[in-house]
Amino acid sequence: MSKEVVLSVQGLEKSFGDQHVLRGVDIDIRRGESIVIIGPSGCGKSVLLRHMIGLHQPDKGAVYVDGVDVSHMRRRDLYEVRKKFGFLFQASALFDSMTVGENVSIGLKEHFHLSPEELRRTAEVQLDLVNLRSAIDKKPSELSGGMRKRAALARAIAMDPEIILYDEPTTGLDPITADVINDLIRSLQKRFHATSITVTHDMTSAYKIADRIAMLHEGRIVFDGAVEDVKGTENPYVQQFICGKAEGPIQTV
Amino acid sequence: MREAVSSLGRGAMRAIAELGELAILVVRIIKVLPQLPRTVRLTVVQMMEMGVGSLPLVIVTSFFTGGVAAVQAAYQFQNWIPDRFVGSVVGRSVLIELGPVLTGLVVGGRVGASIAAELGTMKVTEQIDALEAMAIDSTRYLVLPRFVAGAIMIPVVTIFADGLAIFGGYLAAVGSLGMSGETYVSGLRLFFETSDVWSGMIKSLVFGMVIALMGCYYGLQTSGGAEGVGKSATHAVVSSCLLILISDYILAEFLFSWIFA
Repeated sequence: MSKEVVLSVQGLEKSFGDQHVLRGVDIDIRRGESIVIIGPSGCGKSVLLRHMIGLHQPDKGAVYVDGVDVSHMRRRDLYEVRKKFGFLFQASALFDSMTVGENVSIGLKEHFHLSPEELRRTAEVQLDLVNLRSAIDKKPSELSGGMRKRAALARAIAMDPEIILYDEPTTGLDPITADVINDLIRSLQKRFHATSITVTHDMTSAYKIADRIAMLHEGRIVFDGAVEDVKGTENPYVQQFICGKAEGPIQTV
Repeated sequence: MREAVSSLGRGAMRAIAELGELAILVVRIIKVLPQLPRTVRLTVVQMMEMGVGSLPLVIVTSFFTGGVAAVQAAYQFQNWIPDRFVGSVVGRSVLIELGPVLTGLVVGGRVGASIAAELGTMKVTEQIDALEAMAIDSTRYLVLPRFVAGAIMIPVVTIFADGLAIFGGYLAAVGSLGMSGETYVSGLRLFFETSDVWSGMIKSLVFGMVIALMGCYYGLQTSGGAEGVGKSATHAVVSSCLLILISDYILAEFLFSWIFA
């Protein structure tokens, strides 16, 4: 717990029309840790994640990355900060007009002067990490859901990010493929010592990849603790969520 | 009554907000314009798509437009006006008006819808967010190439359409009106003004920018899945057609009262 805070969310509030999604989120994330933010679908987990990289502007509060406020930043400076991040989108968000290899290397192509051969070699190395080298020349539409997720993961880590954001990395995958993705996230974490921030409602995934778990409910963090604490907690929100019960303080619609 | 007024007010507010967002997009395009050399390859791809891809449509449209212009002109002359003026009427009306406007409307429908649908799909599948998350400016990467390609290719396609329409008029004049080729061409030359060509080009430049801008704007505004993409494509086509006709009038006033007066 002594490590420095790399990302700090302070008093974050966000509404879309009449819907108050975030109502004052406070959370600190330390360098190198893997934190999982759990919460029911539609509770604002993804919105929180998108604030961290400046894809949403908060109504109130701020997000600090390495001590710099990213929520009120000029576009050009924001792009510099974003280069520290990798983002795995929920539906993979691969560019369907490009091959898998081009998808993986697009960040490098745009930000560094690399030759086509170098770009391809880098794409091969990244795809090797996710066991997808054979698909380098395929279009995303030719891949299965799990393969798309792996390709998107290779793209997210291609720029060697300090912080990787995972938006529901296992949603929509079968349990075995989900486990493959969990293993990959864990091994990338160990290998590159990147800070991982994952939002999910998949508890199996959360237990597997987290050092620390926080729970978001009604726009606030209602629990924040180590994995062992989650299992033993008497917090009624966490209890209801991890046991998957319809009855409890969390109202389902 | 109260409801009617409040819905009118909401509509007006929405229109003002849309205008503001459109203005922001224009400002951002201007800001990224110096980075055009970085997107040359993407721009060329768009130019191919807009220009070469639109050719079959433009060939048919302009060929028959020229033919109809010749036949209609001869019908209206009714032997009161000499045949050679058919060439003059076709030439000038095609260069100033029919070429740029019809090309704008026809290519605008095709190109505007395709830009809006492509960007709209990218928006709803988070591909645009993915670009932004990788610190790639989506305005530079997606909007700028389409905008520049539209501004270059619509005039180029219009020149092509002008030539074909005049040739279509020639074939109709010779084939069905029984005129000689020399009569048609001499009429064409009689009142030919270089300013007609320029005014047509200026119009098509504006139309090209309008088409690309509307496609990009509505594409980027897309929300709500497949239905949203469909709506964006429709909005892009309808608004670019309306803006082409409105700006055509304004440009006609401006060009012929001020510039080429």
